[in-house]
Amino acid sequence: MGAHDIIRVENLAVVYGEDHVLDKVNFTVNKGEIFIIVGGSGSGKSTLMRHMIGLEQPAGGKVFIGDTDIATSGEKAVSLALRRIGVLFQASALLGSMTVAENVALPITEFSGLPAEAVAAMVQIKLSLVSLECYGDHLPSEISGGMKKRAGLARAMALNPDILFLDEPSAGLDPVTAAEIDRLILHINQTLGTTIVIVTHDLDSIFAVGQRAIMLGRKTGNIIARGAPADLRDHDPDPEVRRFFTRRPPDA
Amino acid sequence: MHPPLPSGKPLFELQQEDDNILTVVLHGRADITTAPTLIRQLPAAVPSDQRIQQLKVNFANVTQFDDYGAMVVLRLVQILQLNHDQLSFVNLAADHEKTLALVDFGQPDCRIPSHKSGNLIVHLGDATISVFRGGAFFIEFIGAMVFSLLRVFRRPRSFRAGDTIAYMKTTGVDALPVVGLITFLLGLIMAFMSSLQLSQFGANLYVASLVSLAMVSELGPIMTAIVVAGRSGSAYAAEISTMKISEEIDALVVMGFDPNVFLVLPRVVAAMVVVPLLTVFASIFAVAGGLVIGVLMLNLSPGAYINQSLDALTLFEVMWGLSKSVVFALLIALTGCFRGMQARGGAAAVGSAATSAVVTSIFLIILFDSVFAVIRSYW
Repeated sequence: MGAHDIIRVENLAVVYGEDHVLDKVNFTVNKGEIFIIVGGSGSGKSTLMRHMIGLEQPAGGKVFIGDTDIATSGEKAVSLALRRIGVLFQASALLGSMTVAENVALPITEFSGLPAEAVAAMVQIKLSLVSLECYGDHLPSEISGGMKKRAGLARAMALNPDILFLDEPSAGLDPVTAAEIDRLILHINQTLGTTIVIVTHDLDSIFAVGQRAIMLGRKTGNIIARGAPADLRDHDPDPEVRRFFTRRPPDA
Repeated sequence: MHPPLPSGKPLFELQQEDDNILTVVLHGRADITTAPTLIRQLPAAVPSDQRIQQLKVNFANVTQFDDYGAMVVLRLVQILQLNHDQLSFVNLAADHEKTLALVDFGQPDCRIPSHKSGNLIVHLGDATISVFRGGAFFIEFIGAMVFSLLRVFRRPRSFRAGDTIAYMKTTGVDALPVVGLITFLLGLIMAFMSSLQLSQFGANLYVASLVSLAMVSELGPIMTAIVVAGRSGSAYAAEISTMKISEEIDALVVMGFDPNVFLVLPRVVAAMVVVPLLTVFASIFAVAGGLVIGVLMLNLSPGAYINQSLDALTLFEVMWGLSKSVVFALLIALTGCFRGMQARGGAAAVGSAATSAVVTSIFLIILFDSVFAVIRSYW
């Protein structure tokens, strides 16, 4: 493990039946950067993320979070490694029976060892990080989609993770709200130094926040391009990659 | 994730320059790892007999600081009842300042009113209104069903026969094993319990009449209906409420389909066809259960037992039992679909729709059974 990388994926292979969804995927994510995983629909980018956060076991290869290979290490080491990450799921995944504040309090109460009033103060701090300090007592069904994303982000940030995974953070949001989420991502990255991995195909957010990106090929199941998003758009030799980053269909 | 704390080293030090100026000097880490210790020790160490007017926090020796450390300071400010300008920081490094900027040491300024009202009268009113709304919605639902039925009579092609057959399978055929098992055991138990009494009078043979008469006219329809309510009534409610929540029903309406014809009618028709058939099977299995007791314990011959069972029945009893089960089927299917259509909200709504479908169905089954009994006594 190098001095700068915090995640290392080595020869990751994912097979569903006969279908090689991912094959020989290799990359590293550096500490403190905003890293983007892009690819067309069905290219396996969400599958890649599910393997990086330990939800699924790969058919082959390794996924290191810090120094722990979460594909092969023991349960205890994996759960310690996974404590370093926070995840914002695509549909926010807030528990519908709990208020926003209770959702954020859930991991804090369970893992921090703080007494109740301190947890409440901590929840307030986390909610004000995402500008939801006045919505703590609302149920997830009573707030808008953008607010749900922000609440999900507050919950993902509850234990100050070293790495934050975001699955399509701007999907289903209007452009202004999506831009607000982008600004929040940059804010968290700059003030807290959190490493952020984003799975998305929203070009505006890729160029707004992304420092480095990899692109998964639709048929090949491996990485067809890597580099800074703007470089990929302007200088990548592969026309499929340039088309993706300029939003053009194949025959244009 | 975090290295263990170096034990024995104090995390903070208190200095009191004046009577009412308190300086907290933090040492080492003031972050997520030390916050649980700090939050317990720091407020307890502050002298409680003086009114502190100024709180200074000295960061000179701080190595790690995050928002959990800032929370400790925030709690101290709250406990000492200070306001923002009575708090100051000494020897702040740049990243400490960044972290502190995340924390609002004043009260949050919330313009939106808290939407939860704890007022008992408001809750009572809300509950009353929702009961009436539910009643109105039910009447609307029944009315819409009648219109849907008329529409199907006018255009028979719009009736979904394929779906109806599929529901007949899930509601009827698939329920046969459990209905059979339950009623077989019920017949067994009934025969056994009644034989204890009847054998005192040497009336063993009448065990057969008791079992067949009780099953065909009362218990058969009720037991079958309760099993179907638990198996299929809840399934109808869960399916339809899931469709409702994921806007599938709205999609049907927009495409010009009548959701009652599309979803409710096939289920209602299927249930009304198969539940009476299940009831017939239920009675047969119960008689078989009684037969086992009659032959093994009461020394009756199988032929005599079956003859006695049939003798006790009249065509009227059989038709009475079957017509009850048709009504029960209608109640179960309508309640299941109605609860499904009523669902609003998220995943929890599906669960409560299924639960209330079963509870309402069983209540209605018992209620209508009593109505049937009253009608029969004035026949």
